[in-house]
Amino acid sequence: MPVKKSSGRRSPKARTTKKTYNLQEAKIVVETKGSGKPLLLLHSEDRYERDADFVEELAKKYRVIMPMMPGFNGSTLPDSIRTIEDMSYLYLDLLDALKLQDVSVMGFSVGGWLACEIATKNDARLKKLILVDPVGIKNRGAYDRDIEDIYYNQFAVVKKLKFHDIKKDSRVLIEMSDAEALDEARARESTARLCWDPYFHNPSLRYRLNRIKLKTLLIWGKNDGIVKPAYGRGYSKKIPGSKMVAIAKAGHFPHVEQPEEFMQHVRAFLR
Amino acid sequence: MEFYHFTEFAWPFLPPDDEFTSMRVNLPNEVYDPTIGADWFNMCLDQHLLADELGINCMINEHHQTATCLNSAAPLSVAIAARQTKNARICILGNPSANLRDPIRNAEEMAMIDNISHGRLECGFVRGVPYELFSSNCNPTETSERLWESIALMQKAWTTNDGPFNYEGRWVHKRQVNVWPRPYQAPHMPIWMTGGSDVNHATRSVENGFTFTMFLTPTEGMKKMFTGVRDNLKKKGLPKPADDLFAFMPLVAVGETEEEALKFVKQVFWYVTNNKSEPQFRAPPGYVETNLYANFLSGKFSGGRTDAIRSKGMEYFRENGVAVYGTPDQVVTQLKKMYKEIGGFGNLIAMLHSGDMPYKDVAKSMTLFAKEVVPQLKDLGTVSSKVGMLKDRGRPIQASKFKGRTDALEAARAKSGVTVRSPKKSRRSKKRAA
Repeated sequence: MPVKKSSGRRSPKARTTKKTYNLQEAKIVVETKGSGKPLLLLHSEDRYERDADFVEELAKKYRVIMPMMPGFNGSTLPDSIRTIEDMSYLYLDLLDALKLQDVSVMGFSVGGWLACEIATKNDARLKKLILVDPVGIKNRGAYDRDIEDIYYNQFAVVKKLKFHDIKKDSRVLIEMSDAEALDEARARESTARLCWDPYFHNPSLRYRLNRIKLKTLLIWGKNDGIVKPAYGRGYSKKIPGSKMVAIAKAGHFPHVEQPEEFMQHVRAFLR
Repeated sequence: MEFYHFTEFAWPFLPPDDEFTSMRVNLPNEVYDPTIGADWFNMCLDQHLLADELGINCMINEHHQTATCLNSAAPLSVAIAARQTKNARICILGNPSANLRDPIRNAEEMAMIDNISHGRLECGFVRGVPYELFSSNCNPTETSERLWESIALMQKAWTTNDGPFNYEGRWVHKRQVNVWPRPYQAPHMPIWMTGGSDVNHATRSVENGFTFTMFLTPTEGMKKMFTGVRDNLKKKGLPKPADDLFAFMPLVAVGETEEEALKFVKQVFWYVTNNKSEPQFRAPPGYVETNLYANFLSGKFSGGRTDAIRSKGMEYFRENGVAVYGTPDQVVTQLKKMYKEIGGFGNLIAMLHSGDMPYKDVAKSMTLFAKEVVPQLKDLGTVSSKVGMLKDRGRPIQASKFKGRTDALEAARAKSGVTVRSPKKSRRSKKRAA
C-alpha cells in the first residue's frame, strides 16, 4: 500500500527491480534497488518500509534487497511454513540463491524476529545486524503480557500503541482501494497464520540468541506500546555485545516517525 | 420434520448498556452471580425435561466468555439430558472441534453420551464463532482445516472397531487410536454441521451426509444457501439430499393469542437486541474469506449483524423469517410458507427461550408449540435412508471378526438381566433400521 510522503524534498526514485525465486514450496518475490554493498531489508508485518524515504536514501549507497515475506505482496505462503522459524530456513536458501556475501541485515518488528532466527542458525553470509523494535522472544513470566495484543484491541487503540503520533500513520483503512484492501487483508492473514500462537514469539529463541556473533544494533521507539523499550533491553541483553538506542517521539516504527534520527544511527553503525 | 427446543442458557442480568462494550470476550465474570446462576442453570436444564415430556427434541450448544451463553461445556449439559430424558433426540450443536484440539477426547465423550442415551445423540460440530478464537487462542486461519480434520478422524475412530490405528495428520497426531466405548448407533451418530454464507462449506457438509444447519438467517439467505447446495450436488451427479439434511433455527414464540405470543417473543428477542460486541472480535484475520475480510478492513462489511439491524423492530424479523410467532395456526402458516420458500428443510430448531423469560412463559410457549404446532407440520419433508457419505448410501456395515462375540454377549445379557431398550428414534433412524 502506498504511504504518503511527508515533504516535497524528493530526489528521483531509485529503480526497483523485481525477481521471483522458487525456493522449497514457496515463490519469493525479491525487490532490489540501488547499487553498492548488499543490504538485506526484512520488512515488518505492516510493510511501511516498502517505499519509505529512508530506503531511497540507503539505495544511494547500498544494493537494498527486500524479499517480500511469504504471504505478502506476491510471495506465496505454502502449508509447509507454519512459523517464522520455518521461514528462516527459506531465507537461508534465499541467501544462497542470491550468492550474498558480507550482507548486513535490517529487520523491522517481525522482520527483526526473522533476522534473529536466521542469524542464530547460520551467519556465514552475514555482516552486521540492525533490529528495529523486533518481536520474537518472551522475556517475562507466563502472566506478563510482553507483547500487546493487536487482535484483541480495537483498531484505534492498536494505532495508538503503534504510533507516538498517530498522524504520522498515513495508512487510513477506510480510504483504501479494493486492491489495497485485499493486499492488506492478505498481509494480516499471513501474519496471523504465523504469529497468532505462540503470540509473536518463538519460546525457544531467547535461549539461543547467544549464538548471534554479529555486530548488532537494536533501535527502539521510546513510545512503542506494542513492545516497550524494557522488552528491547531484555532482548539486547541476550545478544552478546549488542547495543541498543532509543528514539524519542517514536513508537513501533521509529523509521516512520523519526526517519532522520533513525538514519543517523543506521549510518553510524553501518560505517 | 423433526422439532428441537433450544435455550442458549443466556445470562440476562446485565449492567446498564452504557457500562460495557461487548457481551462477549471481555465482559468480566463478576457480572454473573452464582447465587442466582445456579438456579438459572437448573431452570434451563428443566426445559430439556419438559421438551422430552412434550415429545419434542432438544438442541444444546456452547459458547465461551460470554453472557449470551452460560453453557461453556455443552457435553456436560448433553450428558445430563442423556441421563434424565427418555425419548428426546439430543442434538449437540455443537462441538467446537477446531478449538478443542483433541478430537479423540471429543469422540470418547460423544460415544459415552450416545450409549448413556441409548442412541439418542445427534452429534453436531461447529467451527465456532469468531469471538471464540480469543478464548481458545486457536489460530483463525487454521480453524476450518482443523474442523474437517477432526471430524474425519472421529468418524474413523467410531467406525474402526478392530483395534488401534495410526494417525499423523496436519494438525493432530495420535499413534494408537482405539476409542472405547464405540457409539450406540451404527456406524455412528448422525452428524450435523453449521455454516453461514459459504456455500462450498455447506455443500461439503451435505455431501458427507451431515445435516447442514443455519441460524437466524432471513428466508432469502436460507433459500440461496440450501438451493446452492442442492444445485452443487446435482452438478456433481450425487443423489438428491433428503430434507432432513437441512436444518433451520428461527426465534419462536407461540401464545394462545397473538398478544401473548408477542409478549413471549419479545423476551426471546433479547438475544438479538443484547448481542453486542466490539467489531474486532467479529473478524479476526483469516476467519472469514479474504475478500470479505478486505471489505471488513475498509469498512464495507460489518463482520456480522450490525447495531442498525439489531435495532429494527420485531415485525421486520417476522417478515424476513428470523422470528416466528403468533397463535398456533399463525405459526403453522408462517412455517409452511417458509418451508416452501426456502425449498425444504427437515429439522426445525425453535429458539423458544432467551433473556430473562421466566419458566412459566417458556413452558407455555413450548407446550403450545409441541401440542398444537408440531402435529400439523410433522409430515413435512423427506427423510434420508442412512447415515454416511451421500455416495455410499445403502452399503452394508461389516461383521465383527470375533466369531464367539454374539454368544458371549447373549450370555452377558442373561447374567446381568440387561434388556435391550428401544428408544424413540428419529424418523431417519427408524427408516434406517427398517
